[in-house]
Amino acid sequence: MTKKAWALSAIGALVLAGTPALADPVDATLILNEDIEITTRTTAPDHLSGALDEVMSGWLFRGVETRAMQADDFDNPGMIFVEKAEDLWNAADGAEGKSCADCHGDSSEMSGVRPVYPKYVEAAGEVRSLEMQINDCRETRMGAEPWKYTGSDMIDMTALLASVSRGLPVNVAIDGPAQSTWEKGKEMYYTRYGQLELSCANCHEDSYGLMIRADHLSQGQINGFPVYRLKNTKLNAAHSRFKGCVRDTRAETFAPGSPEFVALELYVASRGNGLSVEGPAVRN
Amino acid sequence: MAKGVKPRVKVPKTAAVGEAITIKTLISHKMESGQRKDGDGNTIPRSIINRFTCGFNGENVVDITLEPAISTNPFFEFEATVPESGEFQFTWYDDDGAVYETAKKITVE
Repeated sequence: MTKKAWALSAIGALVLAGTPALADPVDATLILNEDIEITTRTTAPDHLSGALDEVMSGWLFRGVETRAMQADDFDNPGMIFVEKAEDLWNAADGAEGKSCADCHGDSSEMSGVRPVYPKYVEAAGEVRSLEMQINDCRETRMGAEPWKYTGSDMIDMTALLASVSRGLPVNVAIDGPAQSTWEKGKEMYYTRYGQLELSCANCHEDSYGLMIRADHLSQGQINGFPVYRLKNTKLNAAHSRFKGCVRDTRAETFAPGSPEFVALELYVASRGNGLSVEGPAVRN
Repeated sequence: MAKGVKPRVKVPKTAAVGEAITIKTLISHKMESGQRKDGDGNTIPRSIINRFTCGFNGENVVDITLEPAISTNPFFEFEATVPESGEFQFTWYDDDGAVYETAKKITVE
């Protein structure tokens, strides 16, 4: 081997050895509006023992500018949609002529709701997502048309409900009547889907911190949803993200709002128990 | 008239004489470029904010021309020195002729 080729292969080895570190999560603290400190990194919940030691928000895997954008409500484009939802919150709709505010009061009264959803609802006898509860309110209490599951009104409203709970830890129940749904979600998480035969865990548990093409692989936490994505300049619901991920494995996906995705949402949310609610977060 | 247009500005309430303060402005607007086509192949007409100005007590601070490539919900951040107490006036001009205005008072201590 010539001298030049030796030098080149030495550089190659250095580059290879350095690659995994390039996409590591950053060591940074997120404080919203110089006021609310967000837990972006914490000890993994007990049910993840053997799988993960620490759970991390997707915020830690993003670039400097994207992270800064989320730290101030004026800079966070997701807050535009929260403002829109505030108008919806106070607007009467449906046959009963009632608004959300007529029953629930100020939107800030809903603080603490986002962190515990999806949850088992006794009256309905099933695990429900926040979207399902919103539509239940619209249909049975307001006499209004239900919103499309990932339509703009629905996403805006979930962003409002998330925003008033920012800083509170995600705390979904995984035992009791919710357990069977949670186990169904867990099974989905570890099931390989599609022609690429990828499970959620292959990327988000085994390979977080590595690069996926030009992007950083996060743990796939959903504490920041709905998220404002720079790539499509709008809010995106967790179920839309699930759909996108399953599609990318080249599988036929489940529909947003389907029982499968509600179960998966419960399980994925439980993997982030202890992280702060961040929605609407800002991501790529 | 474009729907859901809402201007927002962030200006400190107080400043020292001659201090350079940071002003942030954002207007929610779809900024349709005029280069896209709908499902039937018809061009979607251009509808953007084409000009933004900021004045202080009647004196011009910035005057900006916006072009179709600027993305949705245009955001501007700039600095201004404040010689005296007064009011910042912000104006956005829409392609459809609509003019959106807002103002913020500032006190110099």
